[in-house]
Parts: sequence; C-alpha cells; structure tokens
Amino acid sequence: MSVLVNKDSRIIVQGLTGSAGAFHAAQCKAYGTKVVGGAVPGKGGTIHEGIPVFDTVEQAVRETGADVSMVFVPPPFAADAVIEAAYAGVKLVVCITEGIPAMDEVRIKCALERTQTRLIGPNCPGIITPGECKVGIMPGYIHKPGRVGLVSRSGTLTYEGVWQLSNRGIGQSTCIGIGGDPVIGTTHTDAMKLFIADPDTDAILLMGEIGGTSEEEAAAYYKASGTKKPCAAFIAGATAPPGKRMGHAGAIISGGKGTAAEKKAALLAAGIAVADSPADMGITMIRLMVERGLAPSSALG
Amino acid sequence: MKLHEYQAKEVLSKFGVPTLPGFVCTTADECEKAATDLGGLVVVKAQVHAGGRGKAGGVKLAKDPAEARAKGAAILGMTLISPQTGPEGVLVRKVFVTSACDIEREHYVAITLDRAKGLPVVMACKEGGVEIEEIAAHNPSAILREYFRPDEGLFAFQARKIAFALGLTGPLMGETVKFLQALCKAFVARDCSLLEINPLVVTKQGKVIALDAKVAVDENAEYRHKDLAAYRDDSETDPVEARAKAMDLAYIPLDGSIGCLVNGAGLAMATMDICKFHGAAPANFLDVGGGASREKVTEAFKIILADPKVKAILVNIFGGIMKCDVLAEGVVAAARDVGLNVPLVVRLEGTNVERGRQILAESGIRLVVAKDMTDAAQKVVAAAGGK
Repeated sequence: MSVLVNKDSRIIVQGLTGSAGAFHAAQCKAYGTKVVGGAVPGKGGTIHEGIPVFDTVEQAVRETGADVSMVFVPPPFAADAVIEAAYAGVKLVVCITEGIPAMDEVRIKCALERTQTRLIGPNCPGIITPGECKVGIMPGYIHKPGRVGLVSRSGTLTYEGVWQLSNRGIGQSTCIGIGGDPVIGTTHTDAMKLFIADPDTDAILLMGEIGGTSEEEAAAYYKASGTKKPCAAFIAGATAPPGKRMGHAGAIISGGKGTAAEKKAALLAAGIAVADSPADMGITMIRLMVERGLAPSSALG
Repeated sequence: MKLHEYQAKEVLSKFGVPTLPGFVCTTADECEKAATDLGGLVVVKAQVHAGGRGKAGGVKLAKDPAEARAKGAAILGMTLISPQTGPEGVLVRKVFVTSACDIEREHYVAITLDRAKGLPVVMACKEGGVEIEEIAAHNPSAILREYFRPDEGLFAFQARKIAFALGLTGPLMGETVKFLQALCKAFVARDCSLLEINPLVVTKQGKVIALDAKVAVDENAEYRHKDLAAYRDDSETDPVEARAKAMDLAYIPLDGSIGCLVNGAGLAMATMDICKFHGAAPANFLDVGGGASREKVTEAFKIILADPKVKAILVNIFGGIMKCDVLAEGVVAAARDVGLNVPLVVRLEGTNVERGRQILAESGIRLVVAKDMTDAAQKVVAAAGGK
C-alpha cells in the first residue's frame, strides 16, 4: 500500500555518526524500518547505534543490499554524498540536510540525470509509508496506515495535515515531504504521478506554499491525467509579503509571481478542493472521500 | 546577501566583465577627488540595495570635479525613495563616482536560477534600462532564455544566439560572447542567486560594457565565499531582523497584532494565515527552526515581545525534531526573563507533548492552552482584542 518505500526497503544512513543522523537512524529503526547500514568516510568497520558502518556507499550497498539512503551530511558535503549514493546505484536518496547551496542542488540534479536514482529533498522531512517504513525525521506515531497519499513542501505543516487525517481515522498510503528549497529532486508533479498510478492510494492531499510554480504544474498534471482520485490542497503564505524569503529558501514571492492566490486559482481550476484554513486540510480531504464512498461518513464527525 | 553596485562590479571585473572605472565615496571631498582622478565626465550614483535609483534622484551626471562634489553632497545623506524601497526610503551612506561613457544603445541581461528547470538561465532583452517584470508580463516573447549547466557554463553558440537576438553582430559579436560567458562563470563561481546587468551598453566607441550591476549571493553558499563577508552591509536591514538572523532565527516583521512563534516555515506561514482567517493580522513570521535550543526559543520570545504592535502571542509547535518539552522549557524561561505583558496562547502537538503541557501547566505562568489550530487562532484573536 505505498509508493517508493515499503516494509522491504533497506536503508543506509549517510552521516550516521553525527548527532542528528544517529538520533533519527535510531528513531527509524524503532519504527520498524530496516536500517541496514551507515556510510561515513573513515568510520568503516565500526558499529554505531547497533548499525554497521562502511567507509563508502558502494561498500555499504554491496554488503547490505540497501536500496535507499537517508542523508544527514552537513551542507558543504551533502551534494557529494547524494551523488555518491546515486553512483553506487541506490534507487532512492532522501536528503534531509537543510542549507545546501542552490548551485550544489543544480549540480546534484545534473549528476542524477545520468543515473536511475530518484532524490527526495533536500531540506525535507523525508518519506514514510505508515506501519512499514519511515525514512526521515517525522514523528512516526502521528501516522496511520491507509489510502491517502500526501505530498508537501513543508515539514511541520505536513505533520499537521497527517494528524488531522489520523485523528479522524483516515490513514495514509505514503507521505512525501519534497522539501522547501528552490531546486529539489522530486516535485509535487512527480509525487502526484506516483499517487495517481498507485493502486493502493485512493485520494491525494497536496500541501504547497508561496514561491515557484510547482503547485500549478501539479494541478495541470492532475487535470490532464483525468484521474478519478479526489485531491485536496492547502497553500501556505496567503499573508506573506512579496519579496521576502519566508524561512524556506524557495518560499518567496518574486516579481509578483508565486502568490498563494495564483496557486489556489490554478488548483481550483483543475478540480482540486482547496482548504482556506490550515485547520481544514484534513476535513476538506475527508469530505471528498466520503462523497465518493472512500471513507465512512463517521470520519466527518 | 545583496551586493552594492560598486561591489558587484569589483566581483565581475575579476572575471573579465568590462565595467567603467570608479571610486566609492562617503564624503563630498572624496567625490571631488574621485572625479579629478577619473577625469572628464563622471556619474555620481547612490549605493543602496534597491533599484529605481535614477528616477528617485540618486544618480547624477557631473561635468567636472566641482560639480561632482556638489552632486555628491546632495546625494550623500539623502533619503532615497523608489518603488523598491517602500515609502520610508533608505538613507544613502555611500556613492559610486564612475566615468561616464557615450551610449550607443542599451540592452538587458540577467542570470538567475530557473526553479522549474533546476538550471541557471540567462535572460536577455533587446530593450535595456527596463523593469524586466513588466516586459515578462506584457511582452514575454521579447525575453530570450538560454539555460546552462554549472559545470559546462554557457556554450559559445548560446552566447551567439543572444548576441544575434540583441543585434550585437559584426565586430561586437566576439566581445559579447566573451562578456556573456564571463558573466555565467561569475554567476556559478560566486554562487549568485541573481546577477543583473541593466543596462548592458554598447558605447559609441564600440565597447560592450556593464553599466550597472546587481548581484545577490545565495545565503546558503556564504560559507565558501569568506572574502565577500566584507561586502555585507546590514545598514538597510531592519535591526530586529538582523538580530534574529544572528541567532539563526527566520524572522520577518509584519503589520498585524498577533505575535507568532512557530517551528517550521510552512507551519509558520499557515499560522499567520489562520490568524488572518479568524480576523486578526499576524505581527510577524518567525520560524524557530528544527533543532531549536532553549536559548533560541528564549531569544525568539524576546524579539516578539519587543514589538509594540503585538497584542497577544500565539505559540504553535508541532514537535518532530524539536520536542515539545524543550519548547515548553524555552517558553517558561523566556516568560520569566522578559516578563509577559501580553496574553499567551500555546498550542503544542507532537513528540513529548504530554511532558510539554505539564511543564507549561506547572510553571505558574499565565497562559491559555489550545487544543488545535482553530482553537488557538480563535483564542489568540480574542485575547488581542478581537476582530
């Protein structure tokens, strides 16, 4: 019941011996994720958090059969780490690191075009298939296995949306935090494609924010796909002033473009229900699901 | 980080981008000396981080050193108000005194990062000295775009395409290609987020020159450009914003009455939105970040409480990386330090939420605990005096 990661995914952690890497590797493991190794140059042969550490990703993949890497490497070295994983044949790289120079993100993108690797992030909370596999920093317990696919540029706002669904008994197939930077690996549209194609996803909740055109592109894709899966959305930043970077490097209205109003209009025009209040993300999704018989009416209560 | 024109030109000239000589001056005496040293006609240009300087009276031609002195005296210390500065304007502390040239024609060239393509893009427009946003809105086909990869740079054929489109042919072609390739090289090597030459001019003598230059450097890349640190000029930055930045807090002051303290940029924006949705405008954007320490939360509180417009504070935390008990301790410590003089509404959810709520409840601090975002927004709007 998922996209990209499931109970069979085998995860290595790049930057395992750093404090964030170690903490979250342990959290992922505790959630039931198969964390099979770590890759830290110079720490090969050691054991950290009960996880074997390798000097290179190539060794880690060879020894553990890992197909997913979670990257906690500091910004100056993060691009190299992501490209190392891709060149070692890792299928999915999830880069949590915040603060990577935009030019390095472009370099990652150019390098990954020559591989079969998909990147999620950077500057993201990661990806979770509830009950099966958590690759990221999200609090696991708020999630519930189910059939809503969720995609978001934010971290904590994603948790909010998940919580609103779980509290009403509505679970998630997979939740993807695509990250708040201007150049990211997986876009709203990429996630939308995966969810539309996934037989175990019934409905899609999209969370966006000001800046760029990622939400508009996803809206256009949704409409053109002709999918019957209902989609609900929320766009953060209706009150954000133009020309100011709102925390995320990518959250900026520039040259009058990338406003919440524009994005909402594009989503609505594509037949996507848009919540006006962030407190109504969950209920907006659930209403659509109840209308189509995808959720019990008791979930509205 | 935004660079001033004179700084941008220093950076660009090291990559071989032709600019006109000049001196940065802070006094009328210096302006006179600069004009003497340069000789001939000069231009005195206000150095502020905003466009629209010419129309705002911040750029003046001077025919001799005495006039340069007079023009410098007039511009230095003026409050320059342009559409980009806001109504309060900015104080001019520095001017750039630079040689003038005989302009044959003007064009527009800029490099930025195209988010949708994930690549740097050179944008060129035959018309120079224009607001590119206006052209983009009304005549988008007038803007030529060429994308390039950082490790390849702009190919010569791409530069030629631009040169042909601008009509920079014949003897100007070679110079234009070199000019554009140098710009792209500088953009990548200096981790620019924006590099704008508006205008690029062709002189009557047939030279291609960057007459103006606007450069912004990616903040995430500042660590590898230590030499540019000397260029930092925070005099135009809101002092509270600068203080927040020093504490690694993302803070942006706004006009409303609800102080917001939130973890995560998306949730912080959503929190502003929900305050407005329930009838009161936010006083700020504030993201305490992922691994926010007790000290950071304390500082965030002080920054919000220092704003006299704040009538009530909403703390909205969804604990993932940041645990609710850590936040609760921060709130309690800050409240004790600063003395809470406005109502406080706290909404906590996530990791260690029970311990967090317990810490708040046992602190003896007067605060309202909200059960969810709507409840929190309604309570804080009511506490701030309602709609």
